[in-house]
Amino acid sequence: MTAIPRHDHPQNDGGDHPQDDGRDHHGRPPRAVVGSQINQDEEMFGAAFDGRVVRRFFHYVRPYRQRINTALIAVLVFTGAQLAIPLIIRYAIDEALVARQDGGSDGGGGMAILAGAIAAFAVVIIVNYGASYIQDRLVGLTGEKVIFDLRRAMFVHLQHVGLSFMDKTEIGRMMSRLQGDVNSLQEFLENSITAIGDLVLLFGIVAIMLILDFKLGLLTLSVVPVLLFVRLIWLPRARIAFRGARETNSSANGALAEGIHAVRTVQGMGREAVNFALYTEKAQQNLAAHLRSAKFAQAMIPIVDTLTGAAMGIVVVVGGALVLDDALDIGVMVAFLFYVQRFFDPIRSLTIQYSVMQRAMASGQRIFEVLEVPIAIADGPDAADPADIEGEIEFDHVTFGYVKNQPVLKDISFTVHKGETVALVGPTGSGKTSITSLLHRFYEVWDGGVKIDGRDVRDYAKAALGRHIAMVLQDPFLFTGSIFENIRFRTQAASREDVERAAKVVGAHDFIARLPGSYDTMLEQQGRNLSLGQRQLLSFARALVADAKILILDEATANIDSYTERQIQIALSRLLEGRTAIVIAHRLATVRGADRIVVLQEGRIVETGPHDALIAEGGLYARLYALNYASFDDIPEDILADAINEQART
Amino acid sequence: MAESKADIRDQSPRQAITLRQQAYKGMEDETEYTFSTDAAVLWRITRLMLRYRLRVALAVAATIAAAVFQLMIPRFLGQAVDNALGLLGSGAVVGEVAREALFEAAMLLLGASILRGVFTLMHNYGGEAIGHLIAYDLRLLFYKKLQSLSFSFHDKMHTGELITRGMLDLEGVRMFVNTGLLRLVLLVNLIGAGGYLLLSTDLLLGALSFSFVPFVAWRSSVARLRLRALWLALQVRMGRLGQIMDENLTGIRVVRAFGAEPHEVGKYDIAADDAMTIADERIRTRAASTSIMTFAYFISMGLVLWVGGIRVLDGEMTVGALTVFLTFITILQQPVRQLGLLVNSIARASTCGGRLFSVLDLEPAISDGPDAKALETTMGAVSFEDVSFAYTDEDAPPVLHDVSFTVPRGKTLGIVGPPGSGKSTIANLLPRYYDPSAGRVTIDGQDIRDLTLASLRQAVRIVQQDAFLFTTSLENNIAYGDPWADDQMVRGAAATAQIDGFVANLPGGYETLVGERGVSLSGGQKQRIAIARAALLEAAVLVFDDSTAAIDAETERRIRAALRNHMQNCATIIISHRLGALRHADEIIFLEEGRIVERGNHDSLIAAAGRYAALFALQSRDDASQDAAQ
Ligand SMILES: Nc1ncnc2c1ncn2[C@@H]1O[C@H](COP(=O)(O)OP(=O)(O)O)[C@@H](O)[C@H]1O
Ligand SMILES: Nc1ncnc2c1ncn2[C@@H]1O[C@H](COP(=O)(O)OP(=O)(O)O)[C@@H](O)[C@H]1O
Ligand SMILES: [Mg+2]
Ligand SMILES: [Mg+2]
Repeated sequence: MTAIPRHDHPQNDGGDHPQDDGRDHHGRPPRAVVGSQINQDEEMFGAAFDGRVVRRFFHYVRPYRQRINTALIAVLVFTGAQLAIPLIIRYAIDEALVARQDGGSDGGGGMAILAGAIAAFAVVIIVNYGASYIQDRLVGLTGEKVIFDLRRAMFVHLQHVGLSFMDKTEIGRMMSRLQGDVNSLQEFLENSITAIGDLVLLFGIVAIMLILDFKLGLLTLSVVPVLLFVRLIWLPRARIAFRGARETNSSANGALAEGIHAVRTVQGMGREAVNFALYTEKAQQNLAAHLRSAKFAQAMIPIVDTLTGAAMGIVVVVGGALVLDDALDIGVMVAFLFYVQRFFDPIRSLTIQYSVMQRAMASGQRIFEVLEVPIAIADGPDAADPADIEGEIEFDHVTFGYVKNQPVLKDISFTVHKGETVALVGPTGSGKTSITSLLHRFYEVWDGGVKIDGRDVRDYAKAALGRHIAMVLQDPFLFTGSIFENIRFRTQAASREDVERAAKVVGAHDFIARLPGSYDTMLEQQGRNLSLGQRQLLSFARALVADAKILILDEATANIDSYTERQIQIALSRLLEGRTAIVIAHRLATVRGADRIVVLQEGRIVETGPHDALIAEGGLYARLYALNYASFDDIPEDILADAINEQART
Repeated sequence: MAESKADIRDQSPRQAITLRQQAYKGMEDETEYTFSTDAAVLWRITRLMLRYRLRVALAVAATIAAAVFQLMIPRFLGQAVDNALGLLGSGAVVGEVAREALFEAAMLLLGASILRGVFTLMHNYGGEAIGHLIAYDLRLLFYKKLQSLSFSFHDKMHTGELITRGMLDLEGVRMFVNTGLLRLVLLVNLIGAGGYLLLSTDLLLGALSFSFVPFVAWRSSVARLRLRALWLALQVRMGRLGQIMDENLTGIRVVRAFGAEPHEVGKYDIAADDAMTIADERIRTRAASTSIMTFAYFISMGLVLWVGGIRVLDGEMTVGALTVFLTFITILQQPVRQLGLLVNSIARASTCGGRLFSVLDLEPAISDGPDAKALETTMGAVSFEDVSFAYTDEDAPPVLHDVSFTVPRGKTLGIVGPPGSGKSTIANLLPRYYDPSAGRVTIDGQDIRDLTLASLRQAVRIVQQDAFLFTTSLENNIAYGDPWADDQMVRGAAATAQIDGFVANLPGGYETLVGERGVSLSGGQKQRIAIARAALLEAAVLVFDDSTAAIDAETERRIRAALRNHMQNCATIIISHRLGALRHADEIIFLEEGRIVERGNHDSLIAAAGRYAALFALQSRDDASQDAAQ
């Protein structure tokens, strides 16, 4: 076990079991782990057969029936050819060669028979060649296609499942379903088809041996029960070992992934040595588990080989005696020897198939679990998809929450008329972002309704909402790709000029123009070669290019200085004419210019009205404003509480 | 179909090169990567194996032994066949002798089979074990390397790409030992020793038995090159597909907000089709080479049967001897069929190995110099002396121009400026995440490039704009920089960051998990955890990079008050858009396009009536109402 280097805390002797939660009086084990604590309890192996999974899986295979059938035929032909070859050899030996050796018929007849056998052989191997190519090609291709279809189905499905599901799902886990789990189904599909060939080969060999010589066949096959017995003992143990290997693997890989994602924090905090020690431990566990599982995987080899030897011995002793007694053709004995040597191959690959199946069932379950997540928000049959909207928004007694019985928005009602700008203000957590999410129907309301142009958002096609509402989200997510592509994003029709115009409005044009590639500069992952403020500007420009009737700005300028923000506002005011806007901001300077201000407090609207009216009313907003803080977030909680209490009293 | 096939084949070398270049994109900065040939990569894997000399020797010996016993079996079978035919003589006595001889042959067969099994076990287990040992070594090397490579590398490398290299490529290298190298040894042995045996028995038949070998060898080397290029291409495309899915899920809100689902599916489809084409081509190549190799093998078998049959007919040879030849060829059937796998394995290993080693061979752009010393802090004064900096060497204008300032111990420097003016960059230069292109950064007069990274980074604590939280408990997150901190220290740090009240109200307290199975934290809460992380540690230089944007001003003031003791002993730099937070800073610099355009304290800057003053005016209400009146 690797000790964790203990800088500047030499008095502690903990560190042997970094994951151990136990604490003692002398010191404590370091609070250190690498890798997510979550993905470890995913089941790696399922039952060997899960009818539901298989049925659903075959739904994806069905489009390729034709190919699969052809592949199956090829597999059968291929197997048939494999089975035929020893028979041809047997024929050649018995009919041509031995006859000649026994001094019977003349050489010419033997030669003709031999030539016949060779011709048959030639036909068989040509057929074998074709079948082998078709089999490999079709099985591989179909496996690949089915798996691409399945992955695509998952991906497309994920585009439509409710955000409440996505909120709760770790992306790493979803990715491992889209990649790892899908691959084990591919393996399963490919192996299933060859497994059918293996089964046929196995039964074919048994049948041919029994037909060639029943007694000898039976005697030779007497080794099989021994094999089955040994396997029975071996299997449960081996399964545990295999599972251990896979589990430690995913745990070590999880730690690696975390190390990669978090590398900046790791270096910044100087955690390299500690993490390396923890990772080493995981890697060691993984190594040990793999060595163990390799032992189990290989343990069957000598047993199978011994049994093969025994079977050959039986053929030699018993078959040889029969030949000596002229009760058996030598060719049959030779054919037996050929078959015995190949007999265990299919058995071996069939056992491998068993664990492939177990793995596939577990993976399949996880995949179909994803595919079964209900599409929380689906378009109704007559969902409206108007080409143009007016842009009037109405929240009508809306109640909503993320967790049962914990409403985040309570009885919210307000209207934003066409062309108006409404500001939402309120402390962090008061529900501002949630309101915008509902307008876009990311979530379903519990009660009440959200309307655009008097029509409930549930009656719009989702595509329509996407087209008519543009959002600048609190978190400025950007994609890998050029700046141009990022600003244009979904609005593929936008020209270079459109993009530049939007960039100018948000004041991003200057810095983009200074970049060596200008608008074609490639952004690295999540735009990390830009500063956070710049990313916010791009995300802002992206919303402007979308050219929608309704614009939502959710703290679009939080990481931007007030001066730049002011510039944006001046440029924006022109652009906002004729558009409906909901603006969330903390800085009062931003809010003041809105047509109306909605003040939120713990999920309730406490006031609405234009700035001047609210000031005149002398309510919460006025009180807060009078406190002379530049931003709502600046107001200390106790002062805020006082103001609210006072409000309640009056 | 035929057309497209030709197409792909025509383009493949060029295509492969551009793909390779794409795959190595982002690495040129650290070191020049020279494309190693397959051979060099494979040789390097082999060298890694040689670390386990004894095991390798054993595994190879076992492989050879397995081949030897494997080769004995046809002999014994041939003997048995001749015995059964009673070729050793005639009459009843001979019958007895033949029976005994049969029994002997059977025992020999059994013995050879058992030994073959045992040695095959050793060969396979040895191969697997060495593979896993190498994988273990590589895993650790890879992890260590990633931790040491500097930010400039990680900026350019997509995380998904690195994960692929650390998992799939590593797997490709691991598999090479058993399915590639040892299988090759086995095959060479079977063919070599078997060839010798057969050729010495009968030159023509022996030669016929092996007539497929040159063809197969040629085919497989052609296929190997082709498959290598395809593997590389596929890896790159699958990486791209993974990236599309990953970004789609990470940015799901953006996708939904813009109704961009069809757009995203379109992106996915293009990438998937692209990958599918290569995957298809790979399968076709593999199927074609496997089946033609098997065909060649069967032709040899047919020839042996034919010519051998004629010999037997001519009385030049016994049926048993023919059986020896035929069973020998049968023994080769499995290995020849696996040649496809072998070729695939070698192709994959050279591709994957190349990708993996290209990362392992990188030298971190920033590392301890040969005589780096530990930082000695006395005054804790930080200075930038005419620092200029650019992230890329291309003709982009530098991000910082001649920036100079000094922050003595116990003092605070405030930085303001528009987005992209270089504020975070200043922070990034302090712990040497990047090195300045001109000028120098010193702490207590010591150039930070002369210091050990460990001592420097322990002395400089930055609270980043966007904090990374780990999927572990809150206390593990807070104690990230010092896992040995006791409960009291963790609670103290949480209290300093004003997050203790929030944590105390959680049912799980400090043991509450962060993320999927635990709490999801708001931006402000995350920022406070990040502050607690820094507060837990002693520091000579403390930097807040816009790290309170989501925290209200009063809480921020409390945090600053709680940190006062800390701040008395170190130099503090605060980057903020909230000027209230900077009001009491000893010096404030205003950055624009990487230059300091204004500097002074709050009062002097207001008096100067420049940009700072304008900014301040915007943020204070009096001026704002004036503004509104206009
Ligand atoms: N995806 C979510 N899942 C669960 N709770 C959430 C989610 N998003 C927000 N919340 C909770 O809902 C409340 C309101 O959040 P939000 O609308 O983001 O507020 P604001 O935007 O005003 O800061 C907060 O208590 C927050 O913790
Ligand atoms: N990792 C990086 N790679 C390349 N360029 C970068 C990187 N980080 C920042 N930049 C560029 O450097 C400039 C300064 O960025 P930064 O210091 O983050 O600005 P800010 O003042 O907003 O913190 C910006 O123009 C940005 O595009
Ligand atoms: Mg919000
Ligand atoms: Mg910044």
